[in-house]
Order: sequence, then C-alpha cells, then structure tokens
Amino acid sequence: MNAIQVAGVTVELDRVRVLHAVSCAVSSGGWLALIGPNGAGKTTLLRAVAGLLPHRGTIRVDQTDLGALRGRGRARLIAYLPQVPVLPPDLTVGEYVLLGRTPHLGYLGAPGRGDRRKAAEASEWLDVARFAGRRLGSLSGGERQRVRLARALAQEPRVLLLDEPTGDLDIGHQQQVLELIDDLRRSRGVTVVSILHDLTQASQYAGHLVLLAAGRVEAAGPPAAVLTEDLISRVYAARVTVTADPAGYPVVTAVRPPPSSQPSR
Amino acid sequence: MIATRGRRLRPAWAYGVAVAFLVAATLVSALVGAADLNPIATITALADRIPFVHLPSGLDSLDRAVLFEIRLPRITVAIMVGGLLSVAGAGYQGVFRNPLVDSGMLGASAGAGLGATLAIVYLGSAGPSAVPVAAFAGSLAGVAMAYLSGAVGGSGTTTLLLAGVAVGLFLTAVQTYVLQRSTQDLQQVYSWLLGSLSGATWQQAGEIAPYAAVSVAIVLLHGRHLDVLSVGDEEARALGTHPGRVRLIVVAACALAAASAVAVSGLIGFVGIVVPHVVRRVAGPSYRLVLPLSLLTGAGFLVLADTLARTVVSPAELPIGVVTALVGSPVFVWILRSTNAVRT
Repeated sequence: MNAIQVAGVTVELDRVRVLHAVSCAVSSGGWLALIGPNGAGKTTLLRAVAGLLPHRGTIRVDQTDLGALRGRGRARLIAYLPQVPVLPPDLTVGEYVLLGRTPHLGYLGAPGRGDRRKAAEASEWLDVARFAGRRLGSLSGGERQRVRLARALAQEPRVLLLDEPTGDLDIGHQQQVLELIDDLRRSRGVTVVSILHDLTQASQYAGHLVLLAAGRVEAAGPPAAVLTEDLISRVYAARVTVTADPAGYPVVTAVRPPPSSQPSR
Repeated sequence: MIATRGRRLRPAWAYGVAVAFLVAATLVSALVGAADLNPIATITALADRIPFVHLPSGLDSLDRAVLFEIRLPRITVAIMVGGLLSVAGAGYQGVFRNPLVDSGMLGASAGAGLGATLAIVYLGSAGPSAVPVAAFAGSLAGVAMAYLSGAVGGSGTTTLLLAGVAVGLFLTAVQTYVLQRSTQDLQQVYSWLLGSLSGATWQQAGEIAPYAAVSVAIVLLHGRHLDVLSVGDEEARALGTHPGRVRLIVVAACALAAASAVAVSGLIGFVGIVVPHVVRRVAGPSYRLVLPLSLLTGAGFLVLADTLARTVVSPAELPIGVVTALVGSPVFVWILRSTNAVRT
C-alpha cells in the first residue's frame, strides 16, 4: 500500500511554474529520496506535500486527500523539517521537543502529562534526553539534528519530510543521522521522504529515488535504475562514474576533467 | 562563547519572587509619601479590607482618606498600567520574534499622542476630560492603520514593523503640526506625553478594568502559540498552527491592553521592553512563563517607579515617563551589550 501518492502536482511561485504535473509514490514504511540539481523543484515538492504551498493535483497520505485536511489534522500525519531551521537560541531542548506535541493540543489546550511523556520518550529514543536542559544555542550541528528529529518524533507522524537532513554535518555525523532516520523508519513504520544531495547516500539509504529536473520527473525507481552515468551526466551537467560499493549500492563519484582539456587560466 | 547565561529559576520560584516583589512594592508605596502614615497601623488597615479579616485599625479618618482615596487608587492604576504595558510589550515581542519591540510600536504611542493633542487643542474646556477616550481611540486607530498598511499579501513581520514605523512618523508629524499651531497648549500636551498617575482615581481604575481584563486574558491564553511561532512561520504552519491568525489576535489584544494603559497614564516608555527582558533572563524565553511573570513584575516595577516619581522632588512630581526612562535606558543598553556578547 502506498503511504504517499502524489498525482499531477503543479505549483506556481510568483507566476512561474516550478513543478509540472509531478507524480510519484512511496509505499508505507519506505524511504523515498528526491534528487536533482539545484532549482529542480525538490524543496517545492516537499513543501507542497507538507501542505505549505497552494498546488494543483492531488496528494494522498494513507489514502487521505490532504486537500481535505486543515492545519492540525495534516500535522498529525506529516512532520516537516526544513533545510534551515529557526532555533530560538535560549529555548531549552526539552521545551523545543515538547513543541512537537502542538498538533495534538486543542486551541487553548496546554501539554499534559501524556504529552510530556511522549516528548520524553522521543528524546530518549534520539538520545537527547540527557541534555534536555541545555539551550538550543549551545548545541553542535549533530546534536541539533537529533533534537529536531526528536521534535518530529514527538509529533507521532506517519510521514517524515526532511529537506537535506545531513546539510552541514561532517561525514561521520551524516552517517549517524541517516542511520537514526532509518532506525526510526524500521521500528516505527514511519514513511520517509527526504531531499539528499549526496547521491551515494541516497542509493545506500533510500529504496526509491525520484530524479527531478526543471520541475519534471526525469527518472524514478530503485537506485540502480536511476543512478546511471548517462542520466547523471546529462541532468547534472557533471562528469561522473558509477561503481558499486562492497554491499552492491551504486556509488557516484565526481570525475575531474583531464587538465589538458581545460581552458588555460 | 557564553554557554549559559546564569541558571533559570524554577517556575514556582519565579512566580513567588514576582508576587513578593509586587506585594513589597505595594506596601512601600502605601507607606511612603507626603503624609506620614504609621506603618503598622497602615498594614492593619489594609489587612482589615481582606475578606473575613477584621482588625481594629489605628489610622484616624484623615490618614484613612489618604490611604484609601489617594494612595491606593494610584497604586491600583499603577499596577494595571505596568502590567498592561509589560504584557503588551512581551506579546508584541513574541508576535514579531523581535526582542526590541515595545508596547508603543505599530503607531500605538503616536496615535495616542495625536488623539490626546487633538482633544486638548480643539475641545477647549471639555478637552482634559476627553483626553483618555481620545488617547484610547488614537492608540487603537494607530495600530489598525499600521496593520492594514503592513499586512498585505501575507507578508512577513518586518513589513508590518516598518509599516508601524511609517504610520508612527506620520501621526507624530500631524501631531507636531497641530501643536505648533497652538503653542499655548504645549505645556499641557507635553505633561500628558511624559505620563503621570497623579490624578489616578478608583473611577479610572474601574473604567479600564474591563478592557484590561479581556486583553490580558487573551494574550495570556496565547502564550503557547507564541512559543510555536518562535520556530518560524514555516515550521509553525507545519505544526498545524495559523501564524497569521495568531498574530492578528495577539496584536489586537496587545493594542487594546496598551490603549487602556495609555488612556489613564499618558505615554510611559521602556516598561514594555525592559520588564519582559528581565523576566526572560530569570525564567527563560517560553511565553507561557514570560507573559504572566511580565504582568506581575511590570505591575511592581511601575508602582515603584511611581513612588519615586512622587517622592524624589516632593512636593513636586517627576513625570513617571522620565523615571521609567531613567531606569529603562541603562537597562536597555545592558541588554544590547549582553545580547551581543552571546551571539559572538
């Protein structure tokens, strides 16, 4: 069964059509990675699925048409973490994670004991409970991503939308965060849609890739079908080789053009 | 890098400190003044008014009149004005995610100033009694103008703030023009602009009480929503809230709170910006704490400021706006400097 079904989604921003009838789907508990060059419309598609942009076409989550849902109902199904978060520096980790309970509270309601327990569980799960009293402004990049994921987990969503979750992390922390997301997906059955720039990471973690270019789906399918030298070279205007890592995942390596063919500086 | 800026007080302690501060400020203000009231007799007379408590008071009838008809109404109005300005300032800071916003922003002070000036200049002998209503209406009209000019097409908070600055400058220009044409009213207008609680009566307190109660209740009920807004509009929406709606409701309630205060006190600056910042430093940035603690602390702060205003140069009075600015400006500089230290 498909957890997310995107059908013919078209988005215009400032009267410019940014997405052209995009369709894609991911099965329940799966991981879909959106890849593509800058400006291809990846973030726009993610924001449309999060319900943050007006669009044509339909988006279904667990058979529910998102167009029929309003704010809180949608937020109970979908958690969205933008690429650049606003993290109030003086807020504590505990307070921030508790904000994840917002969609489960009435307009004038306050978080109760159950909400605090769920926030605490999410914090435990991502191993951020031990610094619940620290200020967000004092966290390292890796800690910050874990805290954001804890907030998303406290939201108890069916779908997790992540815009470049490994953004400014070093290679070790990138791996840790991706493993955490994969654990979350396996143990909780959460469906993940993420934008990933590192194509090798996309092939290692996501079962399904959607390659966007100029607002259209250029290719979609398992990593081995999408990550081909031909396609990558053409869509990204890059020189790459595609090999396989020991586990068989496609590895995309950038190749520098031979010096002789470069114009002299 | 400064990792932590001191330890936060637990909420229960923070409430305790704020309530103790307000009670202490009230007692000091009740005891200090031109008429020398016996402290113990005064406290017994006050305690006698608590329901179900009956104590023989040692105050004679003149002292009782000073206490219950002069000092207490003035203290009550100071509590209301200080609380209203502080809650409005904190609410605006939450709505705009900007720590430098004050309760007089968005054309509120400028509108009130213009309203009061028009009443004093053009209504002749009816002017003084019409000033509160004119200031109240002017303040609300100023905010409405700023909101309508700034909130176009779901634009961000910066546009709204800038529109507020523009509307404020415009209204101040009109006020200056009106005032410049009738210089005989300068003294009266300026003494109003600088703020004073010297004419405070029980009637004034009763008149603003309904607006004060409604506006404060609405702002306090939105503390959690302001916390959600602090993560930015995009994520606040993804969490299922409607930032634009929350902003409109809180701005309207803060405008009502500030207008009620201005109506009885004139323009009193710095309370709305200084008090919430002091509270944040003690209790942390969550608006669920900042708003109620600002209410209590702002009330106590203004009672003390008013006590200074009426005693320092006694028998004359300092304008209370001068006292709050004298205390407020150095505190403001301290905030700027220490905020800078944290960010670097």
